[in-house]
Order: sequence, then C-alpha cells, then structure tokens
Amino acid sequence: MLTSLLRNAIAPLSVLAAIILSGCATVPADSGNDPRDPIESFNRQVFEFNDVVDRALLKPIAEGYEYLPEPVRDCLGNAFSNFREPSNAVNNLLQGKPVEAASDTCRFVVNSTIGLLGCFDVARQIGLEKHNEDFGQTLGRWGADAGPYIVLPIFGASTVRDAIGALLVEAYLDPNFWIQDVAARNWIFGVRLVDQRAQLLQADDLISGAALDKYRFIRDGYLQRRRSLIYDGNPPPAADEVDGKPPVDSAPAADPGVKKELVPPQSATPAPK
Amino acid sequence: MRFLKSLLFSLAASTLLISGAYAQSASAAPDAMVRDLSNEVLNAIKADQALKSGDTGRVQKLVDEKVLPYTDFQKMTQLSVGPGWRNATPDQRAALTREFRTLLVRTYSGALSQVSDHKVELRPFRAQPTDTDVIVRTQVVASRGDPIQIDYRLEKTDAGWKIYDLNILGVWLVENYKSQFSSQVNAGGVDGLIKTLTERNKQLAQGKKA
Repeated sequence: MLTSLLRNAIAPLSVLAAIILSGCATVPADSGNDPRDPIESFNRQVFEFNDVVDRALLKPIAEGYEYLPEPVRDCLGNAFSNFREPSNAVNNLLQGKPVEAASDTCRFVVNSTIGLLGCFDVARQIGLEKHNEDFGQTLGRWGADAGPYIVLPIFGASTVRDAIGALLVEAYLDPNFWIQDVAARNWIFGVRLVDQRAQLLQADDLISGAALDKYRFIRDGYLQRRRSLIYDGNPPPAADEVDGKPPVDSAPAADPGVKKELVPPQSATPAPK
Repeated sequence: MRFLKSLLFSLAASTLLISGAYAQSASAAPDAMVRDLSNEVLNAIKADQALKSGDTGRVQKLVDEKVLPYTDFQKMTQLSVGPGWRNATPDQRAALTREFRTLLVRTYSGALSQVSDHKVELRPFRAQPTDTDVIVRTQVVASRGDPIQIDYRLEKTDAGWKIYDLNILGVWLVENYKSQFSSQVNAGGVDGLIKTLTERNKQLAQGKKA
C-alpha cells in the first residue's frame, strides 16, 4: 500500500522538482520585446522544464531506441508517418489542393495495405510524394495570424494558431486517436514520441553548437519553418524585404528580427517592459 | 614585322578569349553555379573519409578552396548582426566575420557524416536576366529519407555571383541569427558578441558541447 502510494507520488513529485529547477531560467534583458513572443520569460521556463524532462527521461530512452536495428526503426518511422496521411489529405483538401489530397489518400491506402500497415513507403516508389500538412498550416493558409509563440510542455515549440490546430483538429484526424484499446493507444503514442525524439538526436548536437541562445535559435527556426510550410516551401518575401533586400541599416535596434507583417498597425506602441 | 604583327594579334586575341572565358564563368547562371558547386562539395565529401568524419581542418580547407570563392561571408555576417554592424570598426567587422564563419564551419562539419548517396537537384528557378539578387532553390535527395530543401540567396557582384544566405528546410540562416546577435550586442556591445563567438569556438575546438 505504502509502496504504491510512493510510486504514485514519484511522478508528480519529479514534475514538481523539474518546475522548481526550471525557475532558474535565464532571461535576457530584451526578453518580450519581440511582438511575436510577448510571453518570452514564461516560455523560457517551460523550455527549461522541457529540457529537464528531456535530459532525465526522453533523451535517454531515445538513445536506447537507436540501438534497434535500422530496418526496424525505418519500419516504425514509416508507420508513424503513415498515421499522418489522413490529416495531410483533409488539410490539402481544405487548402484547395484536391490533386495533392487525392495523392495523400492513395498513399494512405497503398502504404496501409501493400506497405504492411505503413511499414514500407511503397507509395514513394511509385512516385507519390509525401506532403506535410496540418490544420495549423490550413489556418495559416486561410489567413490566420500565428498569434503569440508558445512553448508547450513536452511538445515544445508552437504558436497559438498551431496549438489550436493540433488540439482541436489534428488529434481527431490521427488513426492513433481512434484505437479502442487504451493501453495499445498509449503505447503507440509513447513509442511515437520516442521515435520523433530519436530523429532529432543528431540535430541536438548541431543546435547546441550553433546556437548562442538555444531558446531563440529554436523559436526563430520554428517560426520560419512554419511560415515556409504554410506556403509549401515557397513563401512570399517578408514585408521588410520587398525588394529582395533586407533593410540592414533601417531596422530599429530594439526590434531584432521583427517581421513587420506580423505587427498589426494599431500595436505600434512599444512593448511593455 | 609581319610576324610581330600576327604575334601581337594572337596575344591580344588570346587575352580577349581568356577574359571572355573569365567573364563567362563570372556571369554563369546562378542556378547552374549552385548546382555544380554543391555537387562538387558533395563528391569531395564522399571521396574523403577524413571529411566525412568531420575533421575540422579538412573541412576548413574544403570551405576555403571550394566554397569561399563563391560566398560573401562578410555580407552574411553584416545581415546577421543587423544594426550593430553600422557602429562596428573595420577590425571588429573582420573579427565578427571570421568568428561567425568558424562557428558555422565547426558546427556544420559535424553533420557531414550523414552524407551517403546524396545528390543535388535544382528546383524550378524563376529570375529575370537583369536580376542581381536571386534565390536558387535546390533539394538534396538520397535513397533513404525525405528530400531536404536547401535554398541559396545570391548577389551578383563584379566577381560573379556570391552566396550570402542559405535556407535549410525553410529556415534562413541569417534570419535565425538576427535576434540572438542583436541581443548580445544590446547587452555587451559589438565586443560582447565577438567575445561570445570566440569563446564558443574555443569550446567547440576542445570538443565540449555548450
């Protein structure tokens, strides 16, 4: 009785410890000045929290996962990627791209059957390219602003728009969600998380070396990447580089890297300190 | 006399020819240049085990020989530093450019071990012949994994097209450093940024992760 009580207490306690530890997040002086990230100091704490959880739990498991034979990891990775196809198809349709939507549907059917539940990406061999779509991108395509950047616990970088897309729509378009057996559903979800983490292991070292400020490196990378995805890799030039020339000398020093298009005209007042 | 005349003529002609050939290569289409350059670099990596294992000295040499003549690192640094560049002295600018370049070479050389049967394909290129600032879109394909989008931003200079920014999977390098750099400059001036970059490079040279 006592042991089970203790066991039940350990998880919340370690989460609590992680939260307390993450309270030590260092915040630069210009934090929150970027209109894309008004809650930077809060985000940094969640970022630190994620980092603690990652180092204690997710990363070691992902490193162990790497010991699985490559064909097994390829198979699992493909199968998890196949889970994304219904969402790719629906979102392509919602974005007015019926040809891509049809292609995604074919990919899902072919890979789920001939490809043995997605284990093999047979569809790619017959020339059906994968498209990465999600409801956050669809909302963006429809003109929705990204909204403030937010760091979600465990899941990491997101924006208000992308989080809404993921929670309200994406979850339901994922076959994983519809698996009736709760244990199986959770296990698959867990292994999927580990698989995704494992794919980032190499990028980890690169980012640790290349980033002067890991938080901003990831934030700015995420925001750029999402913008690119919304336009399927061909985003129009940002508003501050209309002539193909970023204004090196004209940008105000206090607003580093600010994309003017993201600032509504009425919010021209300086960000609160 | 007749002989001298023809000699002079042929000298002049060959000079013209050479300078013509030079002008040709200098004004070669930017997309072809990027394709040839990236395939050349990829082939060099495939052929050299030391490069693949991320030997920094070898990578540095490859960058100096193959990449440097086609790249404007100073402009890349200037754009990344942003407004702080204006107040930097020539010495500071040189230091920033040198340290930033070292940082990029050091961090990205770690990724070279991933190179297997990769090759570069050009994606559709839209530009007018009169354009002096273009984006060349490529994708790197291999038998395993999804294609990787890598785009290059080039400016036409007197010495030909020069790359000054690159985009991996939708993320522009310069854009991704702006906020980090300006935060450093705001806190500790240009010298503060130089110091941070230099220290990071020292750490990386000692094989320590930050």
